[in-house]
Amino acid sequence: MELFTNQVLAGIATGAIYACMALAVVMIFQAIDHLNFAQGEMAMFSTFISWQLMQWGLPYWWAFLATLIISFVGGIAIERLLFKPLAKAPILTNVAGFIALFAIVNSVAGLIWDFTIKQYPSPFGSSPFLGSQLISTHQAGMIGVTILLLIALYLFFQFTRIGLAMRAAASLPESARLVGINTSWMIALGWGMASAIGAIAGILIAPVVFLEPNMMGGVLIYGFAAAVLGGLSSPLGAVIGGFLVGIFENLAGTYIPGVGNELKLPIALALIITVLVVKPAGLLGRPIVKRV
Amino acid sequence: MTAMLNIKDLRAYYGQVQALHGLSFSLNEGSLTTLLGANGAGKTTTLRAICNMVRSTGAIEFEGKALSGKSTENVVRLGIAHVPQGRGTFTTMTVEENLQLGAITRSDSKNITSDIERMYAHFPVLKERHTQQAGTLSGGEQQMLAVARALMLRPRLMLLDEPSFGLAPLIVRDLFKILGKINREDKVTILVVEQNAQLALELADQAYVIETGRIVMSGNAKDIATNEDVRKSYLGY
Repeated sequence: MELFTNQVLAGIATGAIYACMALAVVMIFQAIDHLNFAQGEMAMFSTFISWQLMQWGLPYWWAFLATLIISFVGGIAIERLLFKPLAKAPILTNVAGFIALFAIVNSVAGLIWDFTIKQYPSPFGSSPFLGSQLISTHQAGMIGVTILLLIALYLFFQFTRIGLAMRAAASLPESARLVGINTSWMIALGWGMASAIGAIAGILIAPVVFLEPNMMGGVLIYGFAAAVLGGLSSPLGAVIGGFLVGIFENLAGTYIPGVGNELKLPIALALIITVLVVKPAGLLGRPIVKRV
Repeated sequence: MTAMLNIKDLRAYYGQVQALHGLSFSLNEGSLTTLLGANGAGKTTTLRAICNMVRSTGAIEFEGKALSGKSTENVVRLGIAHVPQGRGTFTTMTVEENLQLGAITRSDSKNITSDIERMYAHFPVLKERHTQQAGTLSGGEQQMLAVARALMLRPRLMLLDEPSFGLAPLIVRDLFKILGKINREDKVTILVVEQNAQLALELADQAYVIETGRIVMSGNAKDIATNEDVRKSYLGY
């Protein structure tokens, strides 16, 4: 029983990171209808920036905050420079753009910070959480930060006018323009926020997977899986998907004989495909229903 | 009366296809004008051209300001509300959020709340359903919501694209009554595109008839209504 609880809690902790990545993916998908393949690399780059800031002597939380701001501005810049001109381009052009961004960010990170694996500090430490052996303080911190982030995002989108405008721009761009919303900037804002959310995911997972240019590869695949599982049209679904993937991945690795660490990923992905066959819109994604 | 909206030699294109062929007309401030015409005559395109949602040439002036080159959202910010064909309802949001969105460009948050109450007075059914998802409203209710959303801008000019489309005759009458009231009491200039010529001519004081992208007739709504050709082509008697 203790093993089970332990694995579920650990799954929730890594699931929190998948949830963040899924949320970032959904955010951009809602705005431009494309999956950002470079989301993980952008998060990795942000994590390196925070590491660099700490190397230069900034305390952890100041580096964290500065990185969020830099990532936010960087996300907007990427949208303005690369994807705004591609807005009306065919889907494959956009895919090529994402892959180019992936390769460029990855190589530039390698160029600046090289490919050796680096330690990344945790502000929460790694001692047992509240004296229990079930979960470490860093894992608890990952869950806590993610939950705070989710609450903040919920409040932002439900109760602020700019959040309302962003939702409107994502759901019906033409109507949004007709009420005077600058939809182009709403998309840029979405990129900025997605980039900052990715940065949080990267910074939180770095103490676990260690810092190096390829650190987010696996995480992003789980993030994609979570987003698809929960429904690409639903931020809440993405988050739930993230936690489910995290838990399932851990339980499959522990309890299904012969799976272990190596086969966790295919098992998790097989589960997702199963869900999609049964429910193509994802768990919470809604098939569009409207009266005419 | 001064002309609030002045359109000269408007030509509009969808790709290579030209939809408007040098259209000119003007709207007087405070007027309620209808633009009549058959399917494909260019009525919707005219409204879309005013809001720069379609590629066009020619001069469009609103209260002395040229609209060409302005983005759709900046045209709207000048006080031009556009109720598009199909209503453009934000179906996944609540009725109240739809109304909030109508006022999204305004910064006078106190007045927004009282304006929402005013809309509920105009359209009591919206108050009953203010927490409901807009997509669950009936067609007529959605049209009322679309008009209310447009009014939340506190527009100087309101453009309506076939508000009667798909609605039961009784509901259309109600809706047109409210439009007349808004025109008179709130001093909103209205341009309404309609296929339901009879009703539109009853409501409007000015009318234009458009055929294959050109204005072919203009004048007082009552005169147009009694015009032989119009009666045969659009009123069907």
